[in-house]
Amino acid sequence: MRRVGAASLVFGPALLAGCSSMPLSYLDADSPIGGRLAQLGWGLLGISVLVVVIIAVLLVGAVARGRSSPDGDALAVRRDAGGMRWIYIGVSISTVALIASVIWTLLTLKAVAEPAKAAPMTIEIRARQWWWDAIYRAPRPDLQFSTANEIHIPVGVPVRIELRSDDVIHSFWVPKLAGKTDVIPGQANRMWIEATKPGIYRGQCAEYCGVEHALMSFRVVADPLPEFTAWRARQLRGMQVRDGVAAAGSRVFAEHCSACHAIHGTGFGGAYGPDLTNLGERRTLAAGVLDNNPDNLRRWIEHAQEVKPGARMPDVPLPPNEVGPLVAYLEGR
Amino acid sequence: MATIAPERLPAAEREKLTATWETAPGLFGWFASVDHKQIGIRYLVTSIVFLLLGGVEALVMRVQLAQPMQRLLGPEQYDQLFSLHGVTMIFLYALPVLSGFSNYLWPLMLGSRDMAFPRLNALSYWLYLFSGLFLYVGLPLGQAPNGGWFNYVPYTNRQYDPGMNIDIYTLGLIFLGISTVVGSANFVVTLLRTRAPGMSINRMPILVWGTFTASAANLLAVPAVSLACFMLWLDRSFGTHFFDVEGHGHPLLWQHLFWAFGHPWVYALVLPSMGIVSDGLPVFCRRPLVGYTAVALATVTTMVIGFSVWVHHMFATGLPAMAISFFSAASIIIAIPSAISVFAWIATIWTGRPVFKTPFLFFAGFILLFVIGGVSGFMTASAAFDWQLTDTYFVVAHLHYVLLGINLFPVMGGIYYWFPKMSGRMMDERLGRWSFWTMFVGFNLAFFPMHIVGLEGMPRRIYTYPAELGVGGWNLLITVGAFLFAAGILMVLVNVLVSLSRGAEAGPNPWDAGTLEWSVSSPPPPQNFDIIPIVASRHPLWEDRLEDVDERSQLGRGYLLDRGRETIGTTPMDAEPNVILRMPGDSLLPLLLAIAVTFLFAGLLGHWWIVSGIAFAGVLAVLIAWFAPQPPVGDEKARLYA
Repeated sequence: MRRVGAASLVFGPALLAGCSSMPLSYLDADSPIGGRLAQLGWGLLGISVLVVVIIAVLLVGAVARGRSSPDGDALAVRRDAGGMRWIYIGVSISTVALIASVIWTLLTLKAVAEPAKAAPMTIEIRARQWWWDAIYRAPRPDLQFSTANEIHIPVGVPVRIELRSDDVIHSFWVPKLAGKTDVIPGQANRMWIEATKPGIYRGQCAEYCGVEHALMSFRVVADPLPEFTAWRARQLRGMQVRDGVAAAGSRVFAEHCSACHAIHGTGFGGAYGPDLTNLGERRTLAAGVLDNNPDNLRRWIEHAQEVKPGARMPDVPLPPNEVGPLVAYLEGR
Repeated sequence: MATIAPERLPAAEREKLTATWETAPGLFGWFASVDHKQIGIRYLVTSIVFLLLGGVEALVMRVQLAQPMQRLLGPEQYDQLFSLHGVTMIFLYALPVLSGFSNYLWPLMLGSRDMAFPRLNALSYWLYLFSGLFLYVGLPLGQAPNGGWFNYVPYTNRQYDPGMNIDIYTLGLIFLGISTVVGSANFVVTLLRTRAPGMSINRMPILVWGTFTASAANLLAVPAVSLACFMLWLDRSFGTHFFDVEGHGHPLLWQHLFWAFGHPWVYALVLPSMGIVSDGLPVFCRRPLVGYTAVALATVTTMVIGFSVWVHHMFATGLPAMAISFFSAASIIIAIPSAISVFAWIATIWTGRPVFKTPFLFFAGFILLFVIGGVSGFMTASAAFDWQLTDTYFVVAHLHYVLLGINLFPVMGGIYYWFPKMSGRMMDERLGRWSFWTMFVGFNLAFFPMHIVGLEGMPRRIYTYPAELGVGGWNLLITVGAFLFAAGILMVLVNVLVSLSRGAEAGPNPWDAGTLEWSVSSPPPPQNFDIIPIVASRHPLWEDRLEDVDERSQLGRGYLLDRGRETIGTTPMDAEPNVILRMPGDSLLPLLLAIAVTFLFAGLLGHWWIVSGIAFAGVLAVLIAWFAPQPPVGDEKARLYA
């Protein structure tokens, strides 16, 4: 957290009171892009705070100076002379600072444009009202898979992100990894991200996209390469239909859920809602709104409109002997 | 022909002028008045009512956001509120309130008897009022605009937003745009043609520079948004494909058109109010403004550069780095002319002898808010860091420091400053100080923490937020600040209402100011000036006390112009008199035209084409009456009919 001095002094305590508890804070990012942007951010913040302090001091000084000179007629008008030096000096200094900031900005733009080494993998993100579809592109169709709302990436590897939307404009934002890039229908925007440390990075839609824009979040999970590879293998294998309760749950899924949701390895191929393959492994439900546990999953299934009013997921009232197995099936228990 | 009047105008002559210029009494006069002072006050009152409406909307939203995951409002209700709040504040408060000041003050400051086109002036007010009501018609029906004030497609295409909400928005903005354009045209011509003899452009108050610059910009900028709205209305009503991806339309086209308008517009919202400070602050520093020429040119320069920065609203849309670099640089460099104004104001205080009256507090407090809003704008102008800042609460903080700090604080200061001129009475000084400090503290409590929650990643335009973001505490503070700020605004309004009847008599020039509006009685007579003054300097009332002014303005000698409603027309640069302008009297035509236009738009909204057709015929009929040639009067050779 040792960055630019002046800004840290003023903003530091407030901003950094708990870095770990600020999942969307981007001033303490240390990924290749996020770190570079944070550096620029602290610099600009430092200049800004300095300017405000200087002007505030001058302003208070000017007012105090006037207050202490009650000589003569209070309403006498002074002659129109002097003062231009303020403009010459003030504007000159401002201009130098502004031009320096332009240069710093342009250098940063150049620095984050491309990763240092070529990105070996591409994830296509399809933003939907109000969740995130992630398609892991592969040269062979049998190596390609989808997941939703929780995007796994390998640590230390730049990952290319291709952003597409079939409905309205969204914006893909993982503050600790990179700045925002809008997801615009009719065009494919490209960006890249790279995590230097393993961790769970919170993401959020940053362009107003309708009633549940507020609750359209996601997670990027950066795993060490071996773990990432194992995760990918599990995604490719899909979900195994087992005996017992899970099999009963699978039948409920077929009846009530499969029109919209897909599960890899089962033949359920609904494309309207998020892919639910290995849902039990994910940290959250409903685009990052609820912690993933059986109680919350049950609540989401039965009362989606209460959790996220206006979401495309309807309330699905199921008898207890169906919802139990369904939750067990989806959670892989 | 015009005569040079004697030093002291006989009472009979003055009464004749007053009778000539007076608005007719009763209801007819109320609806038919073309007096710029009445229209100015209507603009002020109406825009303040909209300020209160937008303020209530804001407070409701702040209650909702005070804590994480509250359910006071549903998402759809919240979306309509934040959209209507933006539309109200930006379109129905911020510009109209400045039009109110300028309408009231321009002829008085410039030494004229009215605006160049008095009927057009009345028309622009009625259109503003009716379009404002039009934009609000959806609220009681639960169909208020819900696409934000920026209204991005394709969310606002009929497919995703099928209700009447967006139709009200698109038609309402086109409707309001007519008001803005006719008002702006009036300001431009008024400046160019109806200044008093000798009021050359280097002697005009800075408020006049500001409103002139803003008006000229509006003439260029408003058509962009009117066109965009018309195209979207066609998309929604008739299935055209301007913005529809499936029909090979492009969503970014909307953003370019909207911001090509939107960014110049935000400068139009602040340049006149910066002018209020540049004119008002020196009066309380007992000296002329430092660097008049620099500040006037900075005003114009800001606007010129302001037309080439719109893409900074679109840094995250995936545009090429080259384009982004250019617009980022322009957006940072635009701070230079602002720096000129800031240092001019500080130098004025430093080298002056400040008098601590309420208007001074508002103007001086404004400088600090201006700088905070300025540096946060400078941070967002840096394209790379804006990828993080954009669409977070940091931008909400920035735009409120800009629009409240640079627009509302000068407006409140302006009310305290010019209220005596408008009403003839002083506002209460004690309550005035209380109102300033309440507003100043409340404002900073409400909006400064938004910078911090923004830097901590709280996104904008959200009806709620999860507790994990860790911003609940700040948001509670913000809500408390918002209510304190609102209390401060109420104090100003209470002060206005109480002072109207109980304020001390003001006299013509209570602040001992130097510009022309203070040379006439408070409130001014209907004709403004018995005799059109001849101006020789920037501060006609201070000439005896300023060392470097040799010439003397003539306030008691000049053109009398008493044969009907007449004022003098002068040349654009040097203000040499060259024509007598014959001005229209009370007229119902502006109101009738505005009513016809309202029915036209109501018909378009409901797809009641017959209503629109009849209303359009009404519009044409009124226009024919409006432009009907009038018989020339007397033997003048050159006369303009306004």
